[in-house]
Amino acid sequence: MLAVMPTAEELKQRIEAAIPGARAEVEDYTGGGDHFRATVVAQTFAGHSRIEQHRLVYDVFGAEIGGPIHALSLKTEVG
Amino acid sequence: MKSIDPITAPSTSTNPIRTAIQEAIADNRVILFMKGTPEMPQCGFSRRTVSALQALDATFAAVDVLPDPRIRQELSALSNWPTIPQLFVDGELIGGCDIVTEMYESGELAQVLGVEDTGDGAPALHMPEESVGGLQIENRLG
Repeated sequence: MLAVMPTAEELKQRIEAAIPGARAEVEDYTGGGDHFRATVVAQTFAGHSRIEQHRLVYDVFGAEIGGPIHALSLKTEVG
Repeated sequence: MKSIDPITAPSTSTNPIRTAIQEAIADNRVILFMKGTPEMPQCGFSRRTVSALQALDATFAAVDVLPDPRIRQELSALSNWPTIPQLFVDGELIGGCDIVTEMYESGELAQVLGVEDTGDGAPALHMPEESVGGLQIENRLG
């Protein structure tokens, strides 16, 4: 559980650690440390709806979404 | 488009807000839980999602989650989704702003909503300064 504002690099690492085979690109799009945009590509997304794919990524962060991570905009792809 | 206020639902259950949310989702084919109202969205993500629905001239109900933080809590517990906005169609969570925007651009949203595809492709979403679309009957629960 992060006590301070996460960086885009931290979010990327956490996603890639939690989702096997995932490649993530994370951008802090306001520069303020709390609005992020992530593109996540993973083979394990195959067969899942967009909702399920996004849930898999949100689940990495749990209660931090809406807290220290105020906004995490997602794009997921199978690959 | 109609607005629903789950707070005024009759308290016959132990969790009236959750019950009201469930009923709203069951009673309205297309329902958007958002921050603010379609006329005055209070956040960019909610505004963008409303724009997609309005661009398709879709009929939808809207619930403003801002008046009471319990709405958001109960909704997220129900849908297992952490953020607002949330669009439900036929009782099923379709997604938030990212998914709805993606589906709008691909034409899937028009299909899911059952609205006519003009065949010209989805026009680019713009953020209207004033409200678009007529406000229909206000429907309050309870």
